[in-house]
Amino acid sequence: MKELVGRPYHELRPRLGKDFSVRELVDAYLENIERLDGQVRAYLTVTADRARAQAQELDDRLARREPLPPLAGMPVAVKDNLCTRGVRTTCGSRILEPFVPPYDATAVQRLREAGAVLLGKTNLDEFAMGSSTENSGFFSTRNPWRLDHVPGGSSGGSAAAVAAGEALAALGSDTGGSIRQPASLCGVVGLKPTYGRVSRYGLVAFASSLDQIGPLSLDVRDCALVLQAISGHDPHDSTSVDLPVPDVVASLEAGVRGLRVGVPVEFFGEGLHPGVRQAVLEAVRVLEGLGARVEEVALPTLEYALPTYYLIACAEASSNLARYDGVAYGYRSPGAHDLYTLYARTRAEGFGPEVKRRIMLGTFALSEGYYEGFYKKAQQVRTLVRRDFDRCFQRVDVLATPTSPVAGFRLGERTADPLQMYLADVYTIPVNLAGLPGISVPCGFVDGLPVGLQLVGRPFEEATVLRVAYAYEQATEWHRHRCPLLRG
Amino acid sequence: MRITPEVVERVARLSRLELTEEERATFASQLSSILEYFARLDRLPTEGVEPTSHAIRVTNVFRPDQVVPSLPVEAVVAMAPQAHEGFVVVPRVLEAEE
Amino acid sequence: MDYEIVIGLEIHVQLLTQSKMFCGCSTRFGAPPNTQTCPVCLGLPGSLPVINRRAVELGLRAALALNCTVHPTSQFHRKNYYYPDLPKNYQISQYQYLEHPPLATDGYLDIEVDGQRRRVRIRRVHLEEDTGRLVHPPEGAVSWVDYNRSGVPLMEIVTYPDLRSPLEARAFLLKLRQVLQYAEVSTGRMEEGTLRCDANVSLRRPGEPLGIRTEVKNMNSIRSVERALAYEVARQREVLERGGAVVQETRHWDERRGITFASRSKEEAEDYRYFPEPDLVPVEVTPEWLEEVRRTLPELPDARRDRIMAQYGLGRYDAELLVQTRATADFFEAAVAAHPSPKAIANWMVGDLAAYLNEHNLEIEQLRITPGQLAELVRLVEDGTISGRIAKDVLVEVLETGDSPRRIVDRRGWVQIADEGALRETVEAVIRDHPEPVRDVQAGKEKAIAFLVGQVMRRTQGRANPALVQRLLRERLGLPPQG
Repeated sequence: MKELVGRPYHELRPRLGKDFSVRELVDAYLENIERLDGQVRAYLTVTADRARAQAQELDDRLARREPLPPLAGMPVAVKDNLCTRGVRTTCGSRILEPFVPPYDATAVQRLREAGAVLLGKTNLDEFAMGSSTENSGFFSTRNPWRLDHVPGGSSGGSAAAVAAGEALAALGSDTGGSIRQPASLCGVVGLKPTYGRVSRYGLVAFASSLDQIGPLSLDVRDCALVLQAISGHDPHDSTSVDLPVPDVVASLEAGVRGLRVGVPVEFFGEGLHPGVRQAVLEAVRVLEGLGARVEEVALPTLEYALPTYYLIACAEASSNLARYDGVAYGYRSPGAHDLYTLYARTRAEGFGPEVKRRIMLGTFALSEGYYEGFYKKAQQVRTLVRRDFDRCFQRVDVLATPTSPVAGFRLGERTADPLQMYLADVYTIPVNLAGLPGISVPCGFVDGLPVGLQLVGRPFEEATVLRVAYAYEQATEWHRHRCPLLRG
Repeated sequence: MRITPEVVERVARLSRLELTEEERATFASQLSSILEYFARLDRLPTEGVEPTSHAIRVTNVFRPDQVVPSLPVEAVVAMAPQAHEGFVVVPRVLEAEE
Repeated sequence: MDYEIVIGLEIHVQLLTQSKMFCGCSTRFGAPPNTQTCPVCLGLPGSLPVINRRAVELGLRAALALNCTVHPTSQFHRKNYYYPDLPKNYQISQYQYLEHPPLATDGYLDIEVDGQRRRVRIRRVHLEEDTGRLVHPPEGAVSWVDYNRSGVPLMEIVTYPDLRSPLEARAFLLKLRQVLQYAEVSTGRMEEGTLRCDANVSLRRPGEPLGIRTEVKNMNSIRSVERALAYEVARQREVLERGGAVVQETRHWDERRGITFASRSKEEAEDYRYFPEPDLVPVEVTPEWLEEVRRTLPELPDARRDRIMAQYGLGRYDAELLVQTRATADFFEAAVAAHPSPKAIANWMVGDLAAYLNEHNLEIEQLRITPGQLAELVRLVEDGTISGRIAKDVLVEVLETGDSPRRIVDRRGWVQIADEGALRETVEAVIRDHPEPVRDVQAGKEKAIAFLVGQVMRRTQGRANPALVQRLLRERLGLPPQG
């Protein structure tokens, strides 16, 4: 059943229960994990037995001719910073290595209720802090397109799993680009919904005012299907907005004629790889050819977004990660006889260097004497970034930009210089600061590595973003490319 | 902005992170260059600009005052590195002593 | 010239909710350790807080009862510090910080000490979550943590340094507790920890700027607040009079030894790094909401006292006693509703009933007597079924058995003897047995008749109608009718 792997769900769904069973589909994916994950290393935990049991249950329902939920039998992976009841959830950190949550994240529960089958938990930069998955406390994930390259991050495991056919779709989390950037680097589709569209309950917090859960998939239609399943208000998350969820699948085919696409000039300046620039501008021309009206817009605060983001994200993280102290759960350093030592040693041994760096940066930004100049200043600049976007969206319906300044980089290439690593997210970060929906779709290759086009919309207009992405995808073939590893 | 190893040590204590001498030096230099880059924010005037702490403008999200079942104590104990008769155990905490 | 005492209080009050501040765990006291916890109040990764609406409403009630200005929007903040009873290592609290006001500010509460009315200003009222509880087993190198209390809704009330004596501090706490109980915001019991109080104390020469203050903690009753403050004032006075300087520090009250001592100072100054809680959206109190809370606010003690004086014609002293707790005032008004004899009912309540409560250290809601039973007792006296003297015995029996006064009177055969024929026999017997007093009476010593009346009452176990006995004796001894 190898030919099942690497095909989008919406193509497989009509054949489900006819040409193959859920069990066969899930087994095909489990076999592919078996075959490839030794090289890709996308997974921290594979839940094969649970997956097979769940598949069997769905097949039984099929046999009884029960109506099946929208994602029935979709083999999915979930980033390991989403809580799964009874399945270890590490956040890629040694400090949570023994942690088995007693509850499910709302998004995970909704995926399951929609019939998706959980294959396992994917690798990430520790606590989602990173852009290459090299900050995982366990091991680095490889880019399936080229194994000596990073898959991006922090949802690198989820992106690599989808690209390598080790999952049909996956959930990631995106605080500053952590879904879109690895989607771009791995040649898959990745969407960060509007802040408040998907419940964060059960998502282990990195930066609470920026974090959002979203799907990674082979194409835009699958992305819309998963988004539809996980969206909507959750009484457990005060910041999940109580708005009706529009049918984002039904509106996919509405086209882009007359739609205004803005190209923010600042996103095409210094630091952008010429090959990426060419691919993205070509994609914009494709949209124009489909009837969209393209115009230049300005986002002058772009150069301030990166420091703003890191100050806010690290400040929130320094507080969010204070709870990992060895007291009630997780790792505890052995042999500490007083409280301070228990805390300081548990955290010193449990956290990796990037997490420590960010905790200290955030603690510094909030501490007495620095709050006004750093944290509050960043919050004010955040307001200005938002206003920039508001101004753009008075003129245009979506923005088109590169997702990442480069098509990819090698493992180890940026680990010595944290600032260089931070710059990998320079185009995705402003979108989180403003809480907007953004998607990355494949739009070409540079030196055999995929390139992503980022489309950004107004708050809660995921439908528009998806519709433009779908129109683009239908007019091109990039989303049909599979990595050589999977083909081989 | 120069971050000295002393500032790193103060921040590390506030963050409950035990650092080695080497880490202190590395973090001091890395945080210095990061904050140097971040200093570009000073170029942007923000006098009188309202700070944004939430990405959405929503107020008054509440839950009703209803009791829902708690976790079984076994689950709490199972997560704890050390437990005793339903309590989580920590090294002796010194409260008010003369 | 003596020093002026300057005291400010910081009070934490547990709100009367069923569930916790940010999750649905029960707030019930006394459950086995860690049986009332969930991902939220354990601070598990990924969990998120959601505000208990009732807690906000109770905060608003208190704010109104304390004459505060309620802010149209307030925002929760994180107060960051490490302690094992604080599972997230930050406390979610509505701190006044920069541009973010707490729930309410700038109120006051009037107190009366030695007949003098004083206004104590309230600086702020805000909401926060409680911490877990640490248990220190007597021996060994460990402490135990119970998270049942983690996340229980608390309200913090901070006064200005307006109190001028330990006695005023006590009066303020009594009044605050009374108001909170009336408003049904909290049970306000320091002994049970639903009201906790820390105090800032300093001394100064009148007219001079505030002196250096100490913070006194660990006081477990209103009485211990008064004692601890008196101790601390005396200690500071002694330091100053010796020419020394008061050290700004936290001092621990030791109830047993009756002293305060400096607790070991933290290694470094706290830096709580407050910032807006990103997981919670702002609380917006619209004028409509506030009006709704105002409308449903129960009558407060001062207003109730004034009304009871006017409506039932009672004096201020009695009325003040009757409104001391809401339960007492409710009891009184329920009894009056059953039998409209407010003065008699008030007399019983501030007299025998209050004495009984004092003697047994009980609250009125713990008594077995109902307002209806007290009303019945008063009615039995007023319609002559029993004497006032018997009524006292009946009351004791009601309090002990919970039985109705009527049934007790019947069972005991305590119905007043108003039957002339039956009493005449007793009168005859008394006259026969006490010739000397009889002679005295007949010789014009009218006072001796009281002795004879007493003898008749004794032989009838107090059941005889005293007026009737008096009349029969006078007739029999040939005296003119009384008065």
